[in-house]
Amino acid sequence: MQSLLAAAFTGFTLFTSNPFLRLSPAPFEGQDLNPVLQDIGLAIHPPLLYTGYVGFSVCFSFAVAALISGRIDAAWARWVRPWTLVSWCFLTLGIAMGSYWAYYELGWGGWWFWDPVENASFMPWLAGTALLHSALVMEKRNALKIWTIFLAIITFSLSLLGTFMVRSGILTSVHTFASDPTRGMVILALLAAFIGGAFSLFAFRASALRAGGLFAPISREGALILNNLFLASAAVAVLVGTLYPLLLDALAGETISVGAPFFNLTFGVIMAPLLIILPFGPFLSWKRGDLVAVTQRLAGAAGLALFAAILCFALTGASVSLAPLGLLLGFWVAFGALAELVDRAKFFRTDVLTSFRRLFGLPRTAWSTALAHFGLGVTVIGIVAASAWGSEVVTTMTPGQDAVIGDHQVTFEGIDHVAGPNFVSDTGRFSIRAPGGEVREAVAERRVYNASGQPTTEAAIETYGFSQLYLQLGEPQADGKSVVRLWFKPYVTLIWLGCIVMAGAGFLSLSYRRLRIGAPKPAAARAVAE
Amino acid sequence: MRAILALVMLLLLSVPALAVRPDEMLADPGLEARARTISEGLRCLVCQNQSIDDSDADLAHDLRVLVRERLTAGDSDDQVRAFLVARYGEYVLLNPVMAPHTLLLWVAAPVVLVIGGIAVVMGARRKRAAGQAALTEDEAKAIEELER
Repeated sequence: MQSLLAAAFTGFTLFTSNPFLRLSPAPFEGQDLNPVLQDIGLAIHPPLLYTGYVGFSVCFSFAVAALISGRIDAAWARWVRPWTLVSWCFLTLGIAMGSYWAYYELGWGGWWFWDPVENASFMPWLAGTALLHSALVMEKRNALKIWTIFLAIITFSLSLLGTFMVRSGILTSVHTFASDPTRGMVILALLAAFIGGAFSLFAFRASALRAGGLFAPISREGALILNNLFLASAAVAVLVGTLYPLLLDALAGETISVGAPFFNLTFGVIMAPLLIILPFGPFLSWKRGDLVAVTQRLAGAAGLALFAAILCFALTGASVSLAPLGLLLGFWVAFGALAELVDRAKFFRTDVLTSFRRLFGLPRTAWSTALAHFGLGVTVIGIVAASAWGSEVVTTMTPGQDAVIGDHQVTFEGIDHVAGPNFVSDTGRFSIRAPGGEVREAVAERRVYNASGQPTTEAAIETYGFSQLYLQLGEPQADGKSVVRLWFKPYVTLIWLGCIVMAGAGFLSLSYRRLRIGAPKPAAARAVAE
Repeated sequence: MRAILALVMLLLLSVPALAVRPDEMLADPGLEARARTISEGLRCLVCQNQSIDDSDADLAHDLRVLVRERLTAGDSDDQVRAFLVARYGEYVLLNPVMAPHTLLLWVAAPVVLVIGGIAVVMGARRKRAAGQAALTEDEAKAIEELER
């Protein structure tokens, strides 16, 4: 199965966009790479994402193999999980990296645009996250088999769909750097063949898979099913939002736009309950859990989260009415994750030394679960803080003039005209005085690339703790002034740091020995046989 | 399609201006704030998925000025949006309206969530009912032996 996929995609590269084909006649001077791509990010962001996408193809192959052989059990889940995990980690890093790259390169201070291609990478991430959790249920409890297989197919399908959307030119986005309708048709054919094949196989064989393990509604399994339900719905929201304009245009000839406001609303509404139930999951025991006991054990974390959110609110006031609630959710997820570690180490119930010994003796899976969830909480806090408490100043400045943003004072020192290796640049020099009196020099550029004549802006970004001051040099005015845009983004780096923590937690879990050794024989069957 | 894309590229090439410019801004901070909020929800028609608030293109600049003109003339936020939709069609709204032709778009995810939830509950019930009844012969024998 895997080699079939590899053959198809190598063929695709060779026949529709042969990299060895010579351009004839040779142009005198190349068109130059698109300037926004002339950055170290180009060397990092795509490989990370592709490792993720391609990794999910292994899960897909496993799923198809299981359907063909009709044999699927906990051992299958144990084989699939490391592949899912490693793909998920790379995809997480890839998306985070892409987000930060867009943030510093595109120069208008945004870090997520609900751009179709971002959605294309985000859908496999959502499905992959669901798969990660459902494979866990299957490995431990031998339940959710059909659903897990289905998710494995869906995750890779969404990766392929992403490839199609990006490269066919069917959607325009900031990522449309190389599109060609003929290639699009070939990808569509590949998509139809693989996905169609897998789903027909699924339809034929899924009923042959026997359902396993029983559990009460309130249990770890139940919580993980809820997780899957919400993640799948979120993926549907993103998918529909991305494709609906296309379908409506094709079927009814009406053109509409589906942009950030739609996604923020639908996605937010679905994610909020997921974040509320998230801390409960790891506390519930398998098969049947005790919600009251778990709530008691989480009371400390809830109190702490409430306190932290109220404190932030009291210190800064809120510009957006929902912001304190968002912050509360973020703190709740982060503290809830840590509460699990604290609880399992028996802090406050035994002496401190024993607790620390227990803490470091905890299995790596416990650590990675807690860390991954903690990372998510950190990202949520960053998102809420940066969107609700950020400030913006747009003004014109002459050299020597001051502008104030938040507690920072920015002085425009002057403009230099600099010739770079393949561009000319207007380099604005600024000095930024922080509240503590510390002064930093910052440089923001407007570049025009020689070969393409395309202008880009290079923003100046100064990091203060977890917050950043984002400074962009705008267009020079007739009277010698320059437009300057300033943003102060409090705790914005937490967005990406949280993602790094999540991916790190994934790698930690991957290093756990259980995943490297083979699965044991099903113990229950042996016991009965004896 | 390609021609449009080329056109878009050309537009981007020729317009090195940036998003909201100071000279566009209204003196009244309340009106300006409303203009910003409206701008964030309007699509720059020649750009790749950008709002007119973010975009550098000339058209976005014209639209921003237009929005501010309407606001100064005393239009409500909805009237400004309606005016732009009348001119450019629904394509200009980044947040699609709730109407029969967009119903599916709005309800798809909630419906999946609800149906999924019902399926989970039904599945769990059926499984529990079946699970309590079904002991295989081997299992029954094993229990018998244990009880002996």
